[in-house]
Amino acid sequence: MISAHVLRRTGTVCLAAATFLGAAVVAASAGAEILFMSTQLRPIEEAQKMREEILRNFPEAVEFVPEDTGPFLNRIEAEGETGKVTVGVIGALHGDLPPVARYLDGLDDLMAKLSADRRFVPTFVELGKLGTERQVYVPWMQATYIMAASKEALDYLPAGAELDRLTYGQLKEWAKAIAEATGERKLGFPAGPKGLMHRFLQGYLYPSYTGGVVRTFKSAEAEAMWAEFRDLWRYVNPRSTSYDFMQEPLLAGEVWIAFDHTARLMNALRESDRFVAFAAPAGPEGRGFMPVVAGLAIPEGTPDREASARLIDYLTRPETQLVTLREVGFYPIVEAELPEDLPAGVRLAAAAIGAQAGAPDALPSLLPVGLGGKGGEFNKVYRDTFQRIVIRGEGIEEALAVQAGKLARIMTETGAPCWAPDAPSEGACPVE
Amino acid sequence: MTGERALPYLLLAPSLLFLALLFLWPLAEAFLVAFSGPGGQWSLVNFREMAEDLNFADAVRNTLLLVAVVVPIQLALALGLGVLLGSLDRGRDGFLYIWTIPLGISDLAAGILWLAMLSERGYLNSLLAALGLVEGPVLWLSYETPLALFLAVVVAEVWRATAIVLVILVAGMQLIPKEYYEAAEVFGAGAFQRFRRITLPLLKPSIQTALILRTILAFEVFAVVVVLGGRDLPVLAGEAFAWQYDYRNAGVASAYAVLILTVSLAATWLYLRLLRVREESLA
Repeated sequence: MISAHVLRRTGTVCLAAATFLGAAVVAASAGAEILFMSTQLRPIEEAQKMREEILRNFPEAVEFVPEDTGPFLNRIEAEGETGKVTVGVIGALHGDLPPVARYLDGLDDLMAKLSADRRFVPTFVELGKLGTERQVYVPWMQATYIMAASKEALDYLPAGAELDRLTYGQLKEWAKAIAEATGERKLGFPAGPKGLMHRFLQGYLYPSYTGGVVRTFKSAEAEAMWAEFRDLWRYVNPRSTSYDFMQEPLLAGEVWIAFDHTARLMNALRESDRFVAFAAPAGPEGRGFMPVVAGLAIPEGTPDREASARLIDYLTRPETQLVTLREVGFYPIVEAELPEDLPAGVRLAAAAIGAQAGAPDALPSLLPVGLGGKGGEFNKVYRDTFQRIVIRGEGIEEALAVQAGKLARIMTETGAPCWAPDAPSEGACPVE
Repeated sequence: MTGERALPYLLLAPSLLFLALLFLWPLAEAFLVAFSGPGGQWSLVNFREMAEDLNFADAVRNTLLLVAVVVPIQLALALGLGVLLGSLDRGRDGFLYIWTIPLGISDLAAGILWLAMLSERGYLNSLLAALGLVEGPVLWLSYETPLALFLAVVVAEVWRATAIVLVILVAGMQLIPKEYYEAAEVFGAGAFQRFRRITLPLLKPSIQTALILRTILAFEVFAVVVVLGGRDLPVLAGEAFAWQYDYRNAGVASAYAVLILTVSLAATWLYLRLLRVREESLA
């Protein structure tokens, strides 16, 4: 009897072959272009900036193809499984790459060569190894999540509160004052289907209140944190569960104070006379925040590895990094002097990022590492916990117990060791 | 001679191949994935995970409710519109074209259209505020107003997909011989009697087709719900999408797909049974 697995495998290969027919046609019509697939810079304007501005000075032909993470991973996997690789360079978030790491070429040679004439942020180079001995990606660009507010909101800032030094308690007082004055709930979070609410929970709320993410998932501190956050949610715009990019409700005036990824706030921050940007609030354990790194990788068996390496070289040059910052709002991962004439939005965000990372109580929290294909389900644990406790009003202790069970199962299945700010573990990170 | 006999099969072959490659194969694949465990062995673990999920019960309830509410409304509306169209002397085509415009709009675009009307700072609130009916913006589409959210989806779905039912029914109505109506009139049958005794029975094959088509599509409702409600109104197809693309678990996503297929098949079977059409009435 044929096992389900074997049948499935042949199926995948054949489907992949079908995909290939299409891809081959595209590649053939495009000539010897370097195919650059990216999960980043997906919005049409950003993709255009990549093609027209960022790649302008690169002498070779590049086809930039932005793709949603799901189909992107499927394609890399399909190409890797069939051995018919068309992709030249992959651009993706640190967290996107672990599921397909086995199809990616080692880049130690390239990393060494590039480091000779530019200075990468060492933490990011280390992250690029995905916890192995081998350089899986070269850091490409970075961003993080910050807060933004409409200037109208500043009138209601609690006495004595300083924007870049807010606490979660003060954020609540602020939102409350606005709600009482205007009758509308004007604090917003990106808790929509494509929003990044899980990153807020993992990188900001949990570290700020519990000093951890996985170990402290159902600790007493976590219980207190959820109680406070549920209390804060009374002043949050209930449309938040539909918001994907906070720049839109900010610009529409539905929301006055928002948390989101810098790139997803940029359209609002560009109007620097209407909005301000500032560091995320702090909790009892510090000011938790999450730096985000995107990396460039080369799939094994790529058509022209030399050309791919030249593209990566180009994209990580300080001058290209500054164009990237100016055009799409991602920050350099190599040392580069920020010029005076940066657009207003980028300057606002850069100042907030600096204030956040440089705060005395700053508590950097890394993106999950080592979860392989379980990253999505890991995020679901946090989002479901939020859904249960804050939206559905379930008992905190019970909800945390149920979700902790799921979290523990994911950690054991993947064997992922703890990452900062959780204390290091031997073997899978435990849920304590 | 043999060449001539083979010709129809040859002509049918491409479409058959197309269906086998793009429909039957993925279907078989989905079944395999849904019923296999982490090690590749046969297992129900995906279905267990699906059933235990936070959103599962809500997704089942919302999808069934939507089908139960949307499909009858659409059938009634389409019947009414069809009869109206039949009684028009002039401009019939014009009305038909206008009523079928939503058919040409993608469901995602339809969702966005309704979102523009119903969002916090949308047209509906502007209108209500201009009329002095509301003081500030009212939230229609949030988890705090599940009924309004549900109704918004119903309205959008009815607006978007009634046309397909209408087209099928109008085509069916045109096949009903005029003589029947004339005879009925001679014997003094009123408009309602003519509708009940002639139109409805003779339209049964079309109604059956329309119902099967609409119900299957309604079980797959996705884009409109996602746009208007996000994840506040979980539905089966939306959960399947989320498990595949957000949580990257093809097993559970396939389990959802198999579930949708099963309920769709069950509904189709039910319609075929309930609206059985006798051979002789298939003129």
